[in-house]
Formats: sequence, C-alpha cells, structure tokens
Amino acid sequence: MLRTASRIDLGRGERIRTAQSAFMTVLFTAAGLSAIAVIFLIFIFTFKEAASIFTDPEVGKEANLHRFFVDRQDGPTLVDQFIWQPTSDVPKMSFYPLLAGTLKSAVVGLLFACPIGVAAALFTSEFASRRVREIVKPVIELLAGIPSVVLGFFALIVLATWLQHLFGFTYRLNAYNAGLALGFALVPIVFTISEDGLSAVPRSYREASLAVGATRVQTAFKVILPAATPAIFASFVLAFGRAIGETMILLMAGGNAAITSLSLEDPLRTLSATIAAELGEVVFGSGHYAALFFIGTLLFVITFISNTIGQLIIARMQRRMQGHG
Amino acid sequence: MSAFVEPRKRISSTFRTNRRVVDGVSVGLLGLSVVVILAILLVILGDVVFHGISTVSWEFITQAPREGLTAGGIYPAIVGTAALVILMSVAAVPLGVATAVYLHEYTPAEGPRLALARYKVSKGRPGRIKLLLRFLSAVLATSARSAVANLAGVPSIVFGLFGLGFFIQFIGRGIDRATQAPGEVVWNQGSLIWAALTLALLTLPTVIVATEEALRTVPPEQREASLALGATQWETIRRVVLPASLPGILTGGILGISRGAGEVAPILFTGAAYYLPYLPQKITDQFMHLGYHVYILSTQSPDVEATKPLLYGTVFVLLALTFILNLAGVLLRSRTRSKLR
Repeated sequence: MLRTASRIDLGRGERIRTAQSAFMTVLFTAAGLSAIAVIFLIFIFTFKEAASIFTDPEVGKEANLHRFFVDRQDGPTLVDQFIWQPTSDVPKMSFYPLLAGTLKSAVVGLLFACPIGVAAALFTSEFASRRVREIVKPVIELLAGIPSVVLGFFALIVLATWLQHLFGFTYRLNAYNAGLALGFALVPIVFTISEDGLSAVPRSYREASLAVGATRVQTAFKVILPAATPAIFASFVLAFGRAIGETMILLMAGGNAAITSLSLEDPLRTLSATIAAELGEVVFGSGHYAALFFIGTLLFVITFISNTIGQLIIARMQRRMQGHG
Repeated sequence: MSAFVEPRKRISSTFRTNRRVVDGVSVGLLGLSVVVILAILLVILGDVVFHGISTVSWEFITQAPREGLTAGGIYPAIVGTAALVILMSVAAVPLGVATAVYLHEYTPAEGPRLALARYKVSKGRPGRIKLLLRFLSAVLATSARSAVANLAGVPSIVFGLFGLGFFIQFIGRGIDRATQAPGEVVWNQGSLIWAALTLALLTLPTVIVATEEALRTVPPEQREASLALGATQWETIRRVVLPASLPGILTGGILGISRGAGEVAPILFTGAAYYLPYLPQKITDQFMHLGYHVYILSTQSPDVEATKPLLYGTVFVLLALTFILNLAGVLLRSRTRSKLR
C-alpha cells in the first residue's frame, strides 16, 4: 500500500523516467545479444553459400566432399596425385595442397613465435625493470598494430630476398619466408597472453620459492613458468587460430602455388589465400564458388574451436589463481 | 660436526658460481628474445621509412595514380580509406560501447553456476522468479562474453566472405528487389557501406574490450551515490558512468579505427577497387584503399621496379596512419590504466 502511495506522490515525471530507464535496459541488452547474433550470422551466411554443395545436385556434381578429401589422380608423387585446379575442364578440387600450405606456414610461424614470445614474456614479467617493461609493451603493441598487408609486403619484397641470399633457396617465396612473416604477427599474441598469465601468478609463489633459497632464475623457470603453463598453452592455441586464418601475409609471401608438397623450400598456397585469390574471379553460384565458401566455413569452425579452447583454459586459470590472492 | 659442514660449504660455493653463470646466461637469452622482437619492428619500420620517405611529397598524396599505377599519387586511396574508416566507426563505436555497457552495467556479478545454485536453494520462498531471471541473465552475459572473444578470433577473410554473403547477397539484393527496377543493381554489389559494415563487425571486439576496461575505472561508489540521489540506472549511466569513461571509449574507437584502417582481407570482395578515376560520391560507390593498393602494387604490377617507389610510399603513408592512431590509443589507454591503479 505504502509503496503504491509513494509512487503516485512522485507523479508522472518519475514514471516516465522509470520507463525510459527500462527501455534503455532493453536496448543495451539487445546490443549485448547482438554479439551472439553476429557469431551465428557469420556461421549461417558463410555456410549458406557453401550449402549448395549438399543441396544442389548441379553444384554437388562439380564440388563435393569426395572431391575435396578423397579424389586422387594418377601420378608418381603427391604433387601429381592431389591437385587444386578448380577451373580446369575437369575441375580438380583436392584440399590437400591447401592444407599442406596452411599447416607448413603455421608450423614455421608457431616455431618462431612461441619460443620468442614466451621468452620475452618471461623476461618482461620476471626480470625487466619497470622502465624496460614500459618500453617493451608498447613495442609489442606497435608490432601487433602493423597491418598484415604490410607484413606481407615486407616478406615479399625484402625478407624473401634476404633469406634467399642467406640460405640459397631455389624459390624466393617458400614456407620459411611466409612462415617467418606470419610469425611476426603471432609474436604479439603469444607474448600478450603469456605475459598476462605470468603476471597473474600470485606473489606468494614467488616469495615462497625465494624464501627456500632458490635464485630468481630458478624461481622463474621452476615455479612461475609451470604455474602459468595453462596461459602459455592458451596463447599457443590462440596463435594457432590466427595462423590458420591469416590471409594477406600468406597470399603475398607464400608464392601462390597450390602444390601438395611437404618441403618447406617449396612455394605454397594456404586455404585462406585461396579464397582471397580466387573469389574475385569465380562464377557466382558455381561449384567453385561454393567450394571457396566451404573453405571459409572450415576456417571458421577450426578457429572457433581453437578460440573456445583457448578462452576456456584462460578462464579456468583465472579462477584458480584468484583462489590464491 | 665441523667435518660435516666443511665439504658442504665447498660444494655450495662452486655450485653458487656455476649457478650464477647459468642464471646469467638464462636471463641473457630471455633478454635476447626481447631484442629480437625490437629488431624486427625497427627493421620493418626502418626499411619502409628509408625507402618510402623520398617518395612521399605533396603531389604524391594529392594526385591520382597515372599510367597504369606506375606514376602519380595515391590521393583516391587516402580518401577511400578515410571514408571507409569514418563510416566504419559510425557503425562500430555506438554498438561496441552499448555492448560493453551491457556487459559491465547490466549483467549480474555472479556466474551462471552460482546464480543457478541460489535459485535452487530458494525453493518455496517468495520472489523466486527474480532469481530465475537473474540466472538467465547470467547465462546470457556469459554467452555474450564468449561471443565477443570468439568474434575477435574469426579470420578476417571469413569476415570478407560474410560481408559478401550477408550484406551484398542477402541485404543488398533484398533492398534492390524492393526499391529498384528489375535489372538495376545499386546495393547488390561491393560498395563503401558494405565494406564499412563488414569492418565494423571486425573491430567490434576491440571497441568493446577497451570500453569495458574504461567502465571498470569508474568506482562503484559513484554509481551508488547517483542512484541514492534518486537517479535511474539510465540516468546514472548517461550522466555519471559514460562521461567518466570517455577517454577509454575514445581509446577503443581509435584502436578500432587503426585496426580497421589496415585490414585488407575483409574488403577484397566487399567494395575495394583496383583503380577508380573518380572519388566515391555515395555510400554505394566502390572505393580505392591504401592497404588494397599496397597489395595490388606489390603483386599485380606489370613493372615491379618502376612501381617500387610508389609501393614504398604507399606503405609509408599506411603505416604512418595506423601507427599514429595506434600510438595515440596506447598512450590514452596507459593514462586510463594508471588511473585504475
């Protein structure tokens, strides 16, 4: 009774203000939910253009899972057996050359970025003075801020020549060159997430280790690093996701040759670069068009899974570390 | 007793010198990795500045390309990039800020598990429905949070596919069907607006994360004081929370713009043009773009050596643009962060 009375006392003005606030609540909630909607829309609309592989017999004849993953031509080597030639008279659409390119460049990139990123993170969080830390972090952010087209340009014009002079590669553009440039883009990811994890290790761990006589280096390697292992692993997983999806660097620095080769000295073409290189000239609604969107769906699913795993690991570690203040 | 202590001491002293060497080398190696990262950045910047700066002149940034992109400037690409980025931020900043406000101001503090447990133990008590709503709201908040994190990891080329499949083939075609004569194509093709919207989705996580960080710097007491004075939640957000977190929101906008300005993969099929003799006039026009121009000049040029100066000049302008924005964002943010401490 009392509550109703006081409401009436305050009159229409307050009712309007309350209604306005409630309306804004709905609006903000809608904005929050839009993020969920966007993720779903991205999946639905990428897959929708690829779905004709399964629903349209005409398209399905040209592009199908059998052709992507099973078909094999006659020939002595892998290069002759698994071929990506979607526009030839008899379209060949084996994913294996593209998968080989993606995995080769990702492995080189990760082998470069993971050790360097973690080492730099450990140095920054355990040994660097405050001043050094305040230089290193913005430097890493600037590196992260270099557009991937610029990294691709640098690898194509400059790095490839240097590497060829140094190691005498037959092909200027190869997996080393593309992978290294990709690694430049992965270092900030590995560094940032590892560094976050290392700094989140509770002080008490450090103090306990130093108190029993361990040196700072022993503490860093035997206490802090193991305690932050989940975060470091998560940083690798997230970097892997980026490596699989990165496009411009590999499109420009990979040599654009879709060949099924396991050699790091051969030029390559990744899944992502294939979309970028071919979608512009593809016949709308054709099997080739659907195949490119299918590759996109595949990339989305792979990165979605690796991102989710990475996020889960980070969230779990945060919960555990909070327990130890 | 002394016989026991003596040898131990000796071992420990040699051990200690060894230890010191090992420690020194380890720290040295760790420090080396930082030096390597620094060197990468300096070499890239140095190379671009060294080769690029001589190309950049007033003519270069105010003239259109000539003679099949082997001469002239990059004026249309600069204008196109600017138009794209402005349109993009008009879409991304309000939505990103609103999402961050939702995530920080309107979601329950506890996670879904705790909220569910509270609901379960409340059996038979009045007001139980509120606890159920709170649980649902916690579930939504967690999903929205992980959606934002996942959005940040979607490959940029997939954004490009989505832009083509959703904006151009779905929305664009729909608008054309409804408003244009049959056969007329206005919206069902790559254009500024579709590229900008695609990029806006890509930069959304950047804006959200920065804004949320800024909202965290506003002390809860200020909100409580405002509510205690009788302000509604919306009034509190509009008059107290948002003004206090404005620098952080600005940071998010700037970092988002800097990221969006350099991305090429999403605009490959949503509106970037190889060469246009005119500047974009409407949002349904195609446009030239600095990043795309770099890609074109370095991979499709008929005469690589002749284009090289132009290429370096374009990279220089693009890097300068993204770096200035980035630096401004990072500096602004470190100011916000020091306020948080």
